[in-house]
Amino acid sequence: MIAGLLERDAGEVLVAGEPMTTRSVRAKNAIGYVPQDLAIYPDLTGRENLMFFARLYSMPTPAAKRRTDEVLALTGLADRAGDQTEQYSGGMKRRLNIGIGLLHQPKLLILDEPTVGVDPQSRNAILESVEGLSGAGMAVLYTTHYMEEAERLCDRIGIIDHGKLIAEGTRADLVGMVGEGDQVRLSAIGDLEKAAGALAARSWVRQAKALDGSIDLVVENASSELPAILTDVAAVGVIVRSVEVAEPDLEAVFLHLTGRALRD
Amino acid sequence: MRAAWLICLKDLRARLRDRSAVLIGVVVPLGLAFIFNSIFSGISGASVINLGVVNADHGAVSQQFTSHVLPAVGRSGVIAIHPEATVTQARALAAKGKLAAVIVIPAGFSARVQAGQPASMQVIGNVDAPISAEVARSITESFAADLNRIRLSVATVAAGTTPLSPAQIQALAARAAAAAVPVAVNDVSAQTKELDQKSFFAAGMAVFFLFFTVQFGVTSLLEERNDGTLARLLAAPISRASILGGKLLTSFLLGVISMTVLAVATTLLFGASWGNPLGVAVLVVAAILAATGIMALIATLAKNAEQAANWQSVVAVILGLVGGTFFPVSQAPGVLSRLTFVAPQAWFLRGLGDLRGGSISAVWIPALAMLIFAVVTGGLAMTRLKRLAEM
Repeated sequence: MIAGLLERDAGEVLVAGEPMTTRSVRAKNAIGYVPQDLAIYPDLTGRENLMFFARLYSMPTPAAKRRTDEVLALTGLADRAGDQTEQYSGGMKRRLNIGIGLLHQPKLLILDEPTVGVDPQSRNAILESVEGLSGAGMAVLYTTHYMEEAERLCDRIGIIDHGKLIAEGTRADLVGMVGEGDQVRLSAIGDLEKAAGALAARSWVRQAKALDGSIDLVVENASSELPAILTDVAAVGVIVRSVEVAEPDLEAVFLHLTGRALRD
Repeated sequence: MRAAWLICLKDLRARLRDRSAVLIGVVVPLGLAFIFNSIFSGISGASVINLGVVNADHGAVSQQFTSHVLPAVGRSGVIAIHPEATVTQARALAAKGKLAAVIVIPAGFSARVQAGQPASMQVIGNVDAPISAEVARSITESFAADLNRIRLSVATVAAGTTPLSPAQIQALAARAAAAAVPVAVNDVSAQTKELDQKSFFAAGMAVFFLFFTVQFGVTSLLEERNDGTLARLLAAPISRASILGGKLLTSFLLGVISMTVLAVATTLLFGASWGNPLGVAVLVVAAILAATGIMALIATLAKNAEQAANWQSVVAVILGLVGGTFFPVSQAPGVLSRLTFVAPQAWFLRGLGDLRGGSISAVWIPALAMLIFAVVTGGLAMTRLKRLAEM
């Protein structure tokens, strides 16, 4: 709907102040759309693919040629520009796929899971490119199933489940919505029940549970409260062998909001 | 319109590059037209009738037959004349199959004709070549009828006057022979409203494969949908009509390129005669529109490009066979001859035949028939194509 592929069923989409519908021309001109599937023509060369889309966005031929050269350089495909894209590697195709979306220097770039099925090097290159574009002032709408990508790239994050936006905000906002603290696990020996009881009396401890060979805690701020935790358990004669600290992440937020693990 | 052109040019470039369109649109029909033409030329070449002639008379009338009538028949290329010395010799050759039939002019034939007495020529046929014997009989009967006409003319004049001298009779006979035949049947339609073999196979193969060639344009919409590029086109600042227009334009131009190349190539390479270029152009455009409409409609009924291509191929083959692109179905008996006009291919070939036998106005009815196919099927296809150009 945001890209103008589908008619909206409710509400309104404004892109650069222009209403977006399937027939919008000005709003679509402001968008660079990069589909999840490789939307490039295998019988055409990389340069021909770019030139075709540049002309489709009404760029005059000289400007289209100049931008094509710039995008080929940006995506590292300049030396393979004359090859048919069916001869490209998966990573090269993926870069060209993104490059087409950048051709007309849109105000908003929509990237639909651009790293699916991509090798680690290409994935890192794509993420760096997105960071660069975002840093240069381009708005990027990035959809992904990989929470670490969202955490790395996004200023604001929306979580969609079953087609509905169930949460939206900064990373801190989302984690705050969950209301969970840091998780601390102490692997220890001794009277673990007694130690858990002592820790539960602390105001900043939200949860303390003795398990077989460990104590699991949820605290407000693990890094500042860890010395006090260790002092309390030592006071009841418990010997700590190791400490694990886990801060809440988007995956935990998703699990909390949906009650399910991530899925396709 | 600009976007439609861009999409069309992109598709044409891709199609020409993967060579599939060139193969289907030009190479295969040209090759098949050449093969069919060669095969059927071989058959007709083998059917030259070898006709033996034994002239035991050597009179003025038999000389007329052997020196003027038979050589004229021989020049048609269908019959080869072989003079033989004796009946025995000719009969032996006929028995061996080297002669299909023998015409025997007995001694005294000319004298009997000139004296107004009954005279006869003999035809000895080979039992294995009844049609050839019939042809020989027909030639002989035609000559005999001509002689009888002259004799009747002379007898009619002689009956009203005093007995004629031999010189007068000869002069009257010459005048009767030179007189025009009062009644003649001139079978113009059979001779001119039929494509010759080379032109038939050239046009037949061209229009048969046209239905495959135009598939590339409309089916590519399904391919774009499958490959994900349709989403990118829909996200671009262009109308959906221009996407559809680009695809239909691709079909149309591929058809024009294919038919033009085939018409020129078969004319230059095989000596095919397509007819008046303007009339041919009208028929070609109408055929392309009809083919595009039908193939587009079938494409809209399929779930994907592969299924569409399969269905389109089946329909193209059936219509091609019914439409008489491989052999003239219109002369078949009963329902089949009427069924042929459910195929635009039949109208196209009929149009070319009519164009050859008449003026350019002869193409309007066949062209109109093909345009009706185009409007009906294309109209239905457009309503469904709009749905295809959606996510």
